[in-house]
Parts: sequence; structure tokens; C-alpha cells
Amino acid sequence: MTQEQTSPILPARPLPRRASAAPAAGSGPVALTIRELSVSFGANRVLKGVSLDIPAHAVTAIIGPSGCGKSTFLRALNRMHDLVPAARVEGQVRLFGTELYGPGVEPVAIRRRIGMVFQKSNPFPTMSIGDNVTIGLRLNGLRQRAELARRMKQSLVMAALWDEVADRLDAPALSLSGGQQQRLCIARALAVQPEVLLMDEPASALDPLATARIEDLILELKKDFTIVIVTHNMQQAARMSDYTAFLYLGELVEYGTTAAIFTHPANQQTEDYVTGRFG
Amino acid sequence: MALWVFALILVIGYELAHGSQLTLRKFGWRFLTSSDWDPVNEQFGALPFIFGTLVSSGIALVIAVPLSVGTAVYLTELAPRWLSQVLTLFLELLAAVPSVILGLWGIFVMVPWLREHLCPGLRGALGFLPMFQGPIYGVSMLAGGIIIAIMIVPIIASVSREILRSVPGLQREAAYALGATRWEVTRIAVLSYAKKGLFGAVILGLGRALGETMAVTMVIGNRPEIAASLFAPGYTLASVVANEFTEATTGVYTSALFEIGLVLLGVTVLVNALARLLLRTFAGPVGAPVA
Amino acid sequence: MNTAYHRWRKFKNWLMQGLACACALLAVVPLALVFYHVLKSGLGAVNWAFFTQLPKPVGEAGGGMANAMVGTFQLLGLAALLGVPVGVSGGIFLSEYRFARLKWWTRFGADVLNGVPSIIWGVVVYALVVVPMKGFSAWAGGIVLGLMMVPLIMRTTEEVLLLVPQGYREAALALGIAQWRTILQIVVRTALKGIVTGILLALARVAGETAPLLFTAFGNHYWNHNLSDPIAALPLQIFNYAISPYEDWHRQAWAGALALLLMVAIINVSVRLLTRDRFSQSP
Repeated sequence: MTQEQTSPILPARPLPRRASAAPAAGSGPVALTIRELSVSFGANRVLKGVSLDIPAHAVTAIIGPSGCGKSTFLRALNRMHDLVPAARVEGQVRLFGTELYGPGVEPVAIRRRIGMVFQKSNPFPTMSIGDNVTIGLRLNGLRQRAELARRMKQSLVMAALWDEVADRLDAPALSLSGGQQQRLCIARALAVQPEVLLMDEPASALDPLATARIEDLILELKKDFTIVIVTHNMQQAARMSDYTAFLYLGELVEYGTTAAIFTHPANQQTEDYVTGRFG
Repeated sequence: MALWVFALILVIGYELAHGSQLTLRKFGWRFLTSSDWDPVNEQFGALPFIFGTLVSSGIALVIAVPLSVGTAVYLTELAPRWLSQVLTLFLELLAAVPSVILGLWGIFVMVPWLREHLCPGLRGALGFLPMFQGPIYGVSMLAGGIIIAIMIVPIIASVSREILRSVPGLQREAAYALGATRWEVTRIAVLSYAKKGLFGAVILGLGRALGETMAVTMVIGNRPEIAASLFAPGYTLASVVANEFTEATTGVYTSALFEIGLVLLGVTVLVNALARLLLRTFAGPVGAPVA
Repeated sequence: MNTAYHRWRKFKNWLMQGLACACALLAVVPLALVFYHVLKSGLGAVNWAFFTQLPKPVGEAGGGMANAMVGTFQLLGLAALLGVPVGVSGGIFLSEYRFARLKWWTRFGADVLNGVPSIIWGVVVYALVVVPMKGFSAWAGGIVLGLMMVPLIMRTTEEVLLLVPQGYREAALALGIAQWRTILQIVVRTALKGIVTGILLALARVAGETAPLLFTAFGNHYWNHNLSDPIAALPLQIFNYAISPYEDWHRQAWAGALALLLMVAIINVSVRLLTRDRFSQSP
């Protein structure tokens, strides 16, 4: 394939040689550098030696069939696996040069720089809408009401929720609809001004209208943040992302620009998946 | 079979009411407000016992609630799995210890310790408070409170534990993802979520505390007095019935004790009903193994 | 990010975790203390006489609690006669039959009964049984313990029956087996281990009860030959000896406590260990 010279992706043989790191079409700064990342739960190896570079200020989508390790990969980026006693993480993850799994690095600090939005929205039910947004800031010691209010408004505006809740910031978080709650969770994550935002199938529990709003939101957000989104909806990945990584059975099969992956993938397996022959 | 349950409840209520007729008629509301308990002169006022029950239960709650909730938090959020299982087994064992054995230990081990070490220590450190003044006998309201606390800790802890376990993991993850420390996650995502259930657990413990009889009787001193000091002996509603029922010679005396039983029943039933209602919102038939 | 504040957060985190651990350890300290003292003082006092002899008259040294121990077993037997059939059938009703509203109230009622202080049970059974019989008796003691067992057994039976997969019932009914038969032969049999566990735990629970026996069984210095007479029971004897002024009786109270504690602990631990295999437990 003519792609070989410019594309870093090696020709189709998913097993012995794994797809390697750098994004195609030489881009700007790299936010996350991931090398040989492997995650096992007990004897079960879920992620096998994944390496790639996540570019800054872009949307990178992780696609693949169920159980291929997408969520596991995502959670390794903000050290959520630290919470699972049986999990073992090997390899290196670097955020703008800082080794995340290095000695003496605290998960608490990492998670402030890398935020996460979950598949099912999970606002804190005992707090109001406003309090949900500012909780991250308050945890970090910000006390002045004026500053808190300003940051809260800023986050809600960025999450495209401000207009809908400006008059009821004291209402309980659960009084919002499903789509609104998810945007609230996004606002909550954005409030602490992370550098990277990880999103684990953020719209899968939402109706098409709400999903569309979230997708528009993400396109806006990438100006200020680096976004990594896991999705099982290929059309969504094709619509929204700049780069796409295809994972299968815990391995990175192919990684490149979204255009390349969807229109002329280098790997037969990738082509089978994106054309719907399996998955 | 189900009707048995209702029949039983009605029978209990009826018998107590029936048995208290004499004093109900003779004293009316004064029964509850007078502190004159004089069987010889046929004067019966239940206030000292109400006071004793409330104060001893209060002390027990003050001691037991932080201990139990802390224990539950430790068991669900912080402890390694093996340790959690071992400690849970110990708690269940503690719940199974008969009241009279705890009372026996209370009389011969705890009370002397109180008399010789804890109470003088408290008097020395906090003697400016009226609670910690006065002569020290060992048997005291404080002893009663402590022993009730020991008895209700397993209940509150195990119900709290169930409640904390039922908090969805997604809530915890949300807090962790924001960069919260373990304690902060527990505070924000777990404890606030479980507030209502925890309150229910505490009320359940209170219900048990109010009705506790044997261990309390053995260490509280059994003197019908109302005193400010925790070192003074006290007397609870349950204890007076236990101690004096078989000695009640006259009809009025017996009736008075029946009425005390009625008061005790009313209070415990209300408290327990409240607890169950609060706990109902948590999935599953909470309460059977704990009851 | 403010490092000093971050250090404060880390400290708070460490402190609260330490406090929680301390709470957990403190909560089980009384258990250790009680076991220690009961073992220490009880072992010293237990001897052959303790298990075989009747109490000696007040003031005389020696004697034992043989009648109290036998009495406890007699009372438990009577209690089981009342508590087991009523409790188990009540539990079956709660889990197997339709009437939702009635069931809610029944469950609520059982919970209320569970919360009734044991001394009140004693007073009520006094009025119901002792007064008409004009005297304390083993019957009264057995009845009060049995009544206390009913709500306990009802709830544990119900819980265990609910765990039996619905598929079993459906399979049996589809074969044309009548409902009552399905319940008895299939559902109950599957859940039998759990039901027996619940009964044993309830027995262990009422075996240690003293308050309700104070004015029903009343206690007896001799063997009980007639169920209409007062009867001794272990917890009752422990209580009476403990509050007495005699050293020797105190000693025997410890021995009695040891016997009772061992009995209760053994039942509880073995039951819980046996059921732990069935239901995968996590802390």
C-alpha cells in the first residue's frame, strides 16, 4: 500500500507486529504518550502492549467491538485502575512529559489534570446543580464565593448548559433530564480545568437529540482541551473525531486520522470492522 | 399464619393496657411527671425511670454512633477484604453475646475499672462540669450507658455497612475522577448519599437501647433518682420492671409496673417503626438477621 | 495547585482513615475483653460438680448448675414446638403467596414484634399464662421464648425462600403439581439448609434471654419434673448468682457464663461458616 511511506501503521498482520504510535500527518504537540500499555485483572490480560500518541487539542476516538479493552484503556489513562486491587498496569503513560505511573506520582494529582465523564451520568444527588459543578474546585481549596461563581458559570457555558439552568442553580441535580445531567457531569469535569478530558461512551445512554448536543459540545471543547472518547458507535466516531484508534481483543490494530481509518484503512481487520462485517 | 402477627401485637398492647388500669385511673398523666416512687405509700411516679432510660440511651448513642459509623466506613471503604470479613464475624459474635453475660462482665470487670480509673480520671479532667461531679460508686448512669453502647454497636455497624455497600460504585468513581482523596470520596459520594439510611440505622440502635434490660440492670445501680451527675446511680424503665415485678405485692404496685411496661412498649414501638420506615427505601428486606 | 493545601488534604485523608480503623478495632475490643474474662474466670470455676449437681442451699459452698442447663434445653424444646411451625409457615406465606398489601403489613408487624423489648414479652406472657395458671411454669417460659422466636424465624425463612430461583416453582407448576405441594416438596426442600440455619440462630438468640424468664419460668433450685412447675434456666441462674452477695455463687456465675457463651458462640460461628460457602460474600 502506498500508505506505507507516510503512514506509521505497519501492513496488515495484527498479531506479531502491533500498530505503533505516532499519529499520521505530522501534527502539533502530543498530549499523551502511551507506550506498551498492558492491563491485567488477575490472570486475565485485557490490554496487550498498546502504544500510541494522543495529539493535543484534538478529538481522538477509540473504537472496537465490545470487550476489546476500550474502557480499560481509557481508565488506565487517569489511573482509575488503582482502585481495583486485582488490576495490574504495565507500560508507560506520559502526560506532556510527566510519567503518570512514575514513582511518587499521586493519582489524586493526575486526576485533576485528566478528567473523566462516564457512560451513565452520575451527578451527586445530595448536591445542587451549582454545588455539583464547583465540588472539584472546593476540594482543591477554592473558597471565595465570587471566584467559585465565576468558574461555575464558565464551566456551565462551556458545557452548553448555562442557559437552561441559570435560574435554578440551587435545584437538586437530579431534577435535570438525562441529557442535561450528562452535560452537568461534563461541566463538573471541566470546572477543575483539566488538560485532557476522557469520555467513556458519554452519549450511549441518551436519546438522539441529546446525543447530538453532546457531540456539538465536544467539537467546541476541543479548542481548549484534548479529548479522548470511547465509542461503540462508528458513525459518531466518524462525525466527531480527528483521529481514531481501532482496538481488537486488547491490541491496537490500527491508528490514524479518522479519514484514513474510515475511507482507506491499511488493515483488513479494520476495514471489516468499519464496514460492519463484524462487531 | 400472618394473622398471628397482628393478633400478637394487639394482645400485647391490650394486656399491658388492661394490667395498668388501676394506676391509669388513679394517677393519669401525673404518672409520667412525678418522680415519687414509693411503693410502701402507694405513690408511683415514673419520671426517674423515663429520665434514666433517656439518659442511658443518650450516652449509649453518643458513644456508639461515631464508633459504629466509623467501623462501617472502615469495613466497606478502607479495609482489605480479609480483614473486613474477620472483623464482620467478630461484630456478629458480639451481637450474639447474651445480655446477662455482658452484665456479668460489667459488674465484675467494667464497674470496678470505672470506679478506680475512668471516673476519677473524668472527674479530674472535667470535674468543672456537673456531669462529672459527685461520689463515685462504680455502678452508675455512665456504666449503664457504656454497656448499652457495647450492645448496640454491632447493630448500627452492620446495618450501616449494608447501607454503605448499596451506594452505587458510579458515585464513588465520579468523585475519584475529580481527583478526590479516599476520605473525600467517602465524604462526598458515600456518606452524603447514605445519610437517610444511616440515620435509620441509628434510630434502630436507639430502639434496641431503650429496651435493653439485663446488662443495664446489673450495672446501673437501680436507684430511682434524678441526678445531674453521670456518676450517680440511675434506674431505667426496663430495669424497674425486671427488679420489682416479682416483689409487687399490691394490685396498685403491679399495675404501676404494667403501666411502665406500657410506656416502654409505646416508646420502643414508635422508635422502631420510624427506623424501619427510614430504612425501607433501601433495597431488600433489611433487618431480618439483625433484628 | 496549592501544595500546602494539598499536603493538608493528604494529612486529613490519612487521619480519617486512621480514625476509621481505630473505630473498627475499638468496636471489637469489648468482645475480646468479655471472652477473655469469661474464659479466665469460668475455666477456673468449672468442675465436674458444676455439670452434675444441683445448687446447694444459700451459704454452702459447692453445688452446680445441672438443673439450669437441663432447664434451658427443656425450655428451648418447648419454644421450638411453638416457634418453628408458626414461624416457618409465616415465612412461607410471606414469600410464596400473592397478597401484596397484607404481606407488607405482616412484614412490618414482624419487624415491630422484633423490636418489642424482651421484658415486655415477659410481662405479657405473665398476664396471659402465669396468672390463669396461678403460678410460674415451664410452659410459660417455653411460650414466651417461642413467641419471641416467631418473628425471627418468619423473616429468615422468608429471605431464604426468596432466594430459591423462580424457575424451580415454574417448572413444578408446569408439570401440573399443586401449589402447596410445590412449596413443600420443592421450594422448602431446596431452601431447607437456610431455614434450619435461621432456626438455629433464633434458638441461640433466645437461649441467652433472661428478662422474659424472670416472671414466667421463674427459676427453680431443683429438677423440674412437671412442666407446670417453675423451671431453672442457665441465664436466669447466672443473673441470680451474679447479683447475690456470695463469692462462691459469683464463681459459679462465671462458669455458667462460660457454658452459655460457648453454646451461643459455637452455634453462631458454625452456622455462619457453613452459610458462607453458599452465598459469595464480599465485605
